[in-house]
Amino acid sequence: MPGKEIIAMLLAGGKGTRLGVMTDKLAKPAIPFGGEFRLIDFPLSNCANSGIDTVGVMTQYEPLVLNSYIGNGSSWDLDRQNGGVIVLPPYLDRKRGANWYSGTANAIYQNIDYIETYDPEFVLVLSGDHIYKMDYSLMLKYHKEKNADVSIAVMEVPWEDTNRFGIMNTDKDDRIKEFLEKPEDAESNLASMGIYIFSWKYLKEYLVEDTRNPDSSGDFGKNIIPMMLEDKLSIYAYRFNGYWKDVGTIESYWSAHMDLLEENSELDLYDRDWIISSVNPHLPPIYISPDGDVIHSLVNKGSQIYGKVEDSVIFFDTIIEKDAIVKESIILPNVTIGKGSYINKAVICQDVTIGPNCKISYGTDEHNKITVIGEGKEIPEGTTIDTGFELE
Amino acid sequence: MKNVMGIINNAQKEDFMRELTEIRSLASIPFGCRYRLIDFPLSNLVNSGVTNVGILLENKYRSLMDHIGPGKVWDLDRKRDGLFILPPAQVYGDNRFYKGDIENFYSNIDYIHRSSQDYVIISTPYMVCNLDYREIVKAHKESGADITLVYKQMPTLEDKSTCSILKTDKNNRVTELKVNSDLKNYDKVSLNKFVMKKELLLEIIDECVSMGRWDFIKDGIIGNLDRLNIHGYPFSGALGIINSIKSYYKFNLKLLNPEIWKDIFMTKTIYTKSKDEPPTQFTAVSKVKNVLAANGCIVKGHVENSLLFRGVKIEKGAVVKNSILMQKSTVGQNSRLNNVILDKNVVITPEKVLRGEENFPTIIKKNVVI
Repeated sequence: MPGKEIIAMLLAGGKGTRLGVMTDKLAKPAIPFGGEFRLIDFPLSNCANSGIDTVGVMTQYEPLVLNSYIGNGSSWDLDRQNGGVIVLPPYLDRKRGANWYSGTANAIYQNIDYIETYDPEFVLVLSGDHIYKMDYSLMLKYHKEKNADVSIAVMEVPWEDTNRFGIMNTDKDDRIKEFLEKPEDAESNLASMGIYIFSWKYLKEYLVEDTRNPDSSGDFGKNIIPMMLEDKLSIYAYRFNGYWKDVGTIESYWSAHMDLLEENSELDLYDRDWIISSVNPHLPPIYISPDGDVIHSLVNKGSQIYGKVEDSVIFFDTIIEKDAIVKESIILPNVTIGKGSYINKAVICQDVTIGPNCKISYGTDEHNKITVIGEGKEIPEGTTIDTGFELE
Repeated sequence: MKNVMGIINNAQKEDFMRELTEIRSLASIPFGCRYRLIDFPLSNLVNSGVTNVGILLENKYRSLMDHIGPGKVWDLDRKRDGLFILPPAQVYGDNRFYKGDIENFYSNIDYIHRSSQDYVIISTPYMVCNLDYREIVKAHKESGADITLVYKQMPTLEDKSTCSILKTDKNNRVTELKVNSDLKNYDKVSLNKFVMKKELLLEIIDECVSMGRWDFIKDGIIGNLDRLNIHGYPFSGALGIINSIKSYYKFNLKLLNPEIWKDIFMTKTIYTKSKDEPPTQFTAVSKVKNVLAANGCIVKGHVENSLLFRGVKIEKGAVVKNSILMQKSTVGQNSRLNNVILDKNVVITPEKVLRGEENFPTIIKKNVVI
């Protein structure tokens, strides 16, 4: 098979524990986002738009939805004769036996054979759970210009948040001198975005080396990058200025959706030059009835609005019955909100039915917490659920 | 239904659709916010289990071919059978004056011969409905008829152009069938969907060609009314007859009735080429009542009793009523539209007023800036 200059390896095994009931049956990259997408659509579309046509997706936790969603990759134009997208679950090896992916680097290590098929010069390592639009070909150009062995995409974060990220200390040429995981007193506010370009010959060497160490957790941030820094490899920070969000918690998931409602949202989903693709279900248009009312919201196809929707994101195939009020909420696909029900600051997961006259996230607390109703729940008529509740 | 093939006859007169067919064929007229007319006959066939479908083309078919591509959306990209584009006669070197759709059948007769199926469904793009052919084919076989024709009983028939109307006897045998006739005394309209044996279709084509007759319905069907046993099959679902701008406009607006759109769009899935559009955005100042909208629209104005196709933009202060806005059209600030059809990519600059009449909507052609 002809070789490839660069291929992408996408880490999609994340549990997303901090998302609570949302990830009960779903790997984090499969979480629905923005009324239309799943998180993994962002890196996959970025790859396709950047001209990277070979992507290995490493799945491990609750892979069913993710596997069937990715399918043959045609939704992202990644169904290719040579390359394309392929799902790479852990497997039983003749010598090593059965191994789960123990860490981010270990997952790549276990797929060395796949990578070698394409004999790539560079490997792009991505994670499947961030929201951003990025042209990886520019990062590759930078990587080559700097003659780097490794490039790590970074962005400036507020100084008070530096203790939540992997922080890079660089010299004036942006060469990385030091990498600190969640430091208390950071010297720099350049945070790693979990996007790496490696020159494959070095990465392979270090992956093999790392597996010889029984104490290693097989992780890029904890093991591989520090090892490479110690050996004085040339590692550069690639600065990114656009919108980037890790929707790792219910609060950040909710606020990322509220960001989308802004008229000139930083994350422009309507940009036809950088289309975020997704698997499109075949559904009829949006219907808003003569009594329906939609203000400051996103609504997707197949949804029927007979009630009132305000400051909310409504995914596809959802019914909001007459006299129902939905405020500051995120309603995932295939949900029914019964007549006269009131939903405030809530995330309603897929396939939920809320009966008539329910009150969800009902409370007088000023700092209303977000209520989450887990997948497939049926809420009987007249139920009241307090603010901040998580219903499994 | 493995033994049934489908032919969609898009080699038809289309001038009655005026501006809408200036740059496209009948089958690719945009319809119902997300669809084109071809999606309905094509999805109906596929939903009934037909996996060999040919589409007869005559002219202006670029947009149609772009829309259907290799037929992947309908699962018709197959190794065996699948979707067949059947080009017009002139591509076979026959550049004489166009005589009629029998010519299109005849130029593609090899495809019909070669298909392995014994039965054929012939359909047309301008009758919009959501039906299952399985019952119709079953009824056809049971009745022993030579041809089964699908019809609908209508309380009133409005526009006569290109409509075939019929009478049946008490056994549902078709006794009269007329095209473009005076509608008085008739209340049954043909959906111009026919089921017959493939052998009979080949016979009809051969006979018409040998006698110099070129109209499939007038010569092939009506011409054989006495000789063949033609049965009517009553259809009771919603039906849109798209045979004039007025009927197109009225039926699109009728879709705003949930009973009608649920019947047309949801009885069985209607497949269409999708475009990766984000959800539709409504802003803090938007006001929407009784609207069907596709994805990717940005609505900042006031919209009532209207249909919005993909990627339509309605700016602040604009008021759109009783109108159909096709893909990527834009209505500027404070402009007002009533009874208007905007074709694709039309731009209405700010502060404009456009209005048509209920029975005569104003149409703005594709790519026009006003």
